[in-house]
Amino acid sequence: MVYQSVPLFWRLKKPKYNLTGTKCIKCKNVYFPPRNLCPNCRRSGDIQEFQFSGSGKILSYTIIRTPPEGFEHYIPYAIAIIRLDEGTNITGQVVGDIERIGTGKRVRSVFRKMHENGSDGLIHYGLKFEMID
Amino acid sequence: MSVGIVGYGAYIPKFRISVDEISRVWKADPETIRNGLLVEEKSVPDKDEDTITISVEAGKNALLRAGINPQDVGAVYIGSESHPYTVKPSGTVVADALNLGPELMVADFEFACKAGTAAIQCCFALVKSGEIKYGLAIGADCAQSKPGDALEYTAAAGGAAYIIGKDPLAILEGTYSYTTDTSDFWRREGADYPSHGARFTGKPAYFKHVTASTNELLNKLSMKPSDFSHVVFHMPNGKFPLKAAKLLGISKEQLELGMVVTKIGNCYSGSSLLGLSRILDHAKPGERILLTSYGSGAGSDSFSFLVTDKILERVNLAKKTDFYIDRKENIDYGTYVRLRKKLKGG
Amino acid sequence: MRVAVVGIGCTKLGEHWMRSLRDLSTEAGALALKDAGIDGKDIQSLYIGNMSAGRFIGQEHLGALAVDQAGLNPIPATRCESACASGALALRKAYLSILSGEYDIVMAGGAEKMTDIKGSGAIATLMGAGDQEWESSVGLTFVGLYALMAKAYMDKYKLTREELSLVPVKNHKHGLSNPYAQFNYEITIDDVLKSPLIADPLRLLDCSPITDGAAAVILASEKVAKKFKNPVWILGSGQASDTLALHNRKSLTEIPATQIAARKAYEKAELKPDDIDIAEVHDCFSIAEILSYEDLGFSEKGRGKELLLSKDVMIGGKIPINTDGGLKMGHPVGATGIKQIVEVVKQLRGEALNQVKNAKVGLAHNIGGSGASCLVHILGRE
Repeated sequence: MVYQSVPLFWRLKKPKYNLTGTKCIKCKNVYFPPRNLCPNCRRSGDIQEFQFSGSGKILSYTIIRTPPEGFEHYIPYAIAIIRLDEGTNITGQVVGDIERIGTGKRVRSVFRKMHENGSDGLIHYGLKFEMID
Repeated sequence: MSVGIVGYGAYIPKFRISVDEISRVWKADPETIRNGLLVEEKSVPDKDEDTITISVEAGKNALLRAGINPQDVGAVYIGSESHPYTVKPSGTVVADALNLGPELMVADFEFACKAGTAAIQCCFALVKSGEIKYGLAIGADCAQSKPGDALEYTAAAGGAAYIIGKDPLAILEGTYSYTTDTSDFWRREGADYPSHGARFTGKPAYFKHVTASTNELLNKLSMKPSDFSHVVFHMPNGKFPLKAAKLLGISKEQLELGMVVTKIGNCYSGSSLLGLSRILDHAKPGERILLTSYGSGAGSDSFSFLVTDKILERVNLAKKTDFYIDRKENIDYGTYVRLRKKLKGG
Repeated sequence: MRVAVVGIGCTKLGEHWMRSLRDLSTEAGALALKDAGIDGKDIQSLYIGNMSAGRFIGQEHLGALAVDQAGLNPIPATRCESACASGALALRKAYLSILSGEYDIVMAGGAEKMTDIKGSGAIATLMGAGDQEWESSVGLTFVGLYALMAKAYMDKYKLTREELSLVPVKNHKHGLSNPYAQFNYEITIDDVLKSPLIADPLRLLDCSPITDGAAAVILASEKVAKKFKNPVWILGSGQASDTLALHNRKSLTEIPATQIAARKAYEKAELKPDDIDIAEVHDCFSIAEILSYEDLGFSEKGRGKELLLSKDVMIGGKIPINTDGGLKMGHPVGATGIKQIVEVVKQLRGEALNQVKNAKVGLAHNIGGSGASCLVHILGRE
């Protein structure tokens, strides 16, 4: 199942709910997920918060039919590597009709349930992507 | 300075199940049901949607229309009867997802189908008294219904968000409520499905409170039905609002714009608020809107809104209600029970 | 100073309901000692590759477990982890420990017990090889990772679904009479195409199985190795890393960590891809084998399938690959890297089941995750 930890998900709220990442002011690279150390400049970098718009396009995708524990209710679901408009990639679920998914399609983020920890555990929310027609 | 709606937004999930499809499974006559309820189909949330996700999407639309700094929102109240948690507020997740706060007042509201309008009343009072600059009130639900029960044809999902503040696109001229302890519909903690009083939900419940609340508003504001271009009541089905209108001397034409129930069913706390959002999408400056919600248990909240010219510059800033009504995909009953988790162990 | 492999051992790969991890690790070690003709007491240090015993069986501290069960206390024991490349990492650590001059005889093993938890739990655990916070958490599976690469590769290089199926068809054929293999049956392209979709476009028969198993090798320094009858020399060892998450890689259609690790190994061995007579590559999924042909330099970028179509990678071809059936015949993740060495050594000794004629130089290629780590070893008869 998705590794269960209250502090972990709470700590990652801003990137998971709002698609807030980071940018290195020195080399101009943007990072999502956020990185506190620019892998390019390392200690000489200058990292600041950066807000992604949620728009992007599909680089590649797959349809998951054999799920990991905890995702049984959702199959089949599409997962894509999405190139965000600002210039970095993210792995995300693509909602909507999986028959219509395709490489190159434009997507935008939507707020959805990601995962539930059983019927008495926490519900994790986050961003998935829907195709823009 | 007048206080009212500064921004508003709707969200309705895209799946639909028709009255015809449900009656096929339960071997009922679809025409009788469609004509009896004046409902054709209802909205169904996807596996990963719930009251919180619907509230976030509606809230995003409201913020787009309001064009305000999210940090200026001082309160967030989500009204629903399907909050995902019994203990842990929907409002905190929605606030974080919309980048509001953390200097913020939050609490969840519950009053069956009128929890959203109760939230608007609270925001109105906080803004009018100068305690906060803007308040976000949302009515949203993913209603559950017992398989085979009459309510299964109409219990739907959807929500609308309202940002209350000064310099509005629709002035809130006044709001009044009528409330009594009337047990027409209820659900105990832990119960999967609600119970209801069948015919008792009519005269002693819905009609009594909707008419009393509306009349109270008309009296206190010295207004009459003909002062309003558009009227929206809570819509448990298409028949009840028509009957209430007749009792109050309101015409069918006044109800037309807000009558969303025919296409999307009863969105519970989202019902009258989605009717209102559709009216606002089409309203002209100077028009007056009457809204009376109804929540089982029981009570009604009535509002008089006066549309200003600000509506013209804001209405197109976000997706309209019809966008969500028209964007739909019909599903069969098997898919429906899977999505609504009515299958044991499913 | 050089290092040689002087003993090899491997358990049968499969679903071992009656055997725990400790049973498998002890068996593999004992087989290697028997093959080398030495006593356990001669082993000076042990390295054990294992990816995720903590999540599969709730057990950490595997170095301690392995030497305890083998009766080899108090020698130093180290668990090595690099996801599915843990086995090759254990080999490299053992190799470097001898090169450092600290030891003369060291055991490098790998073991994984994957069937004590149910399938969906194993799938979730294997995603520990990916990015837990940003890949696993959105419901991506390990098959899904390689499916994303397969889709991108098939689109870019016009690889057909039928051509991709040639990989598992070949590997089943190679593993047909392998007594250690998890499966002993042939399949056709049609069988692959009819098998259920796991993560589009990858189907069940594109995937290596969930396996229990262990393997071990004994390494010796040059001066000690000369005393053994059939030493096989480690000519080169390369290791490289790349971004953890697939979405951060420069390309979805190649694995740079393989290219870099291979280059380092070739440089050390002073050899080229053309010099390799037999290779055990990391076919965790069919697409991974095609990528490896290109990344290891056996074919040009985008043309890996030609080696399959020409049958060059089959027994009897120019560069036989996965002569024992590869990972398709069993992939006990932490053990795989060592299991690959066992087959390469057998080939170079002339003792392999599907013997490659006159095999002088062999290569073993082990990937961690979707390409975040990679180790390549080149071994030779002389």
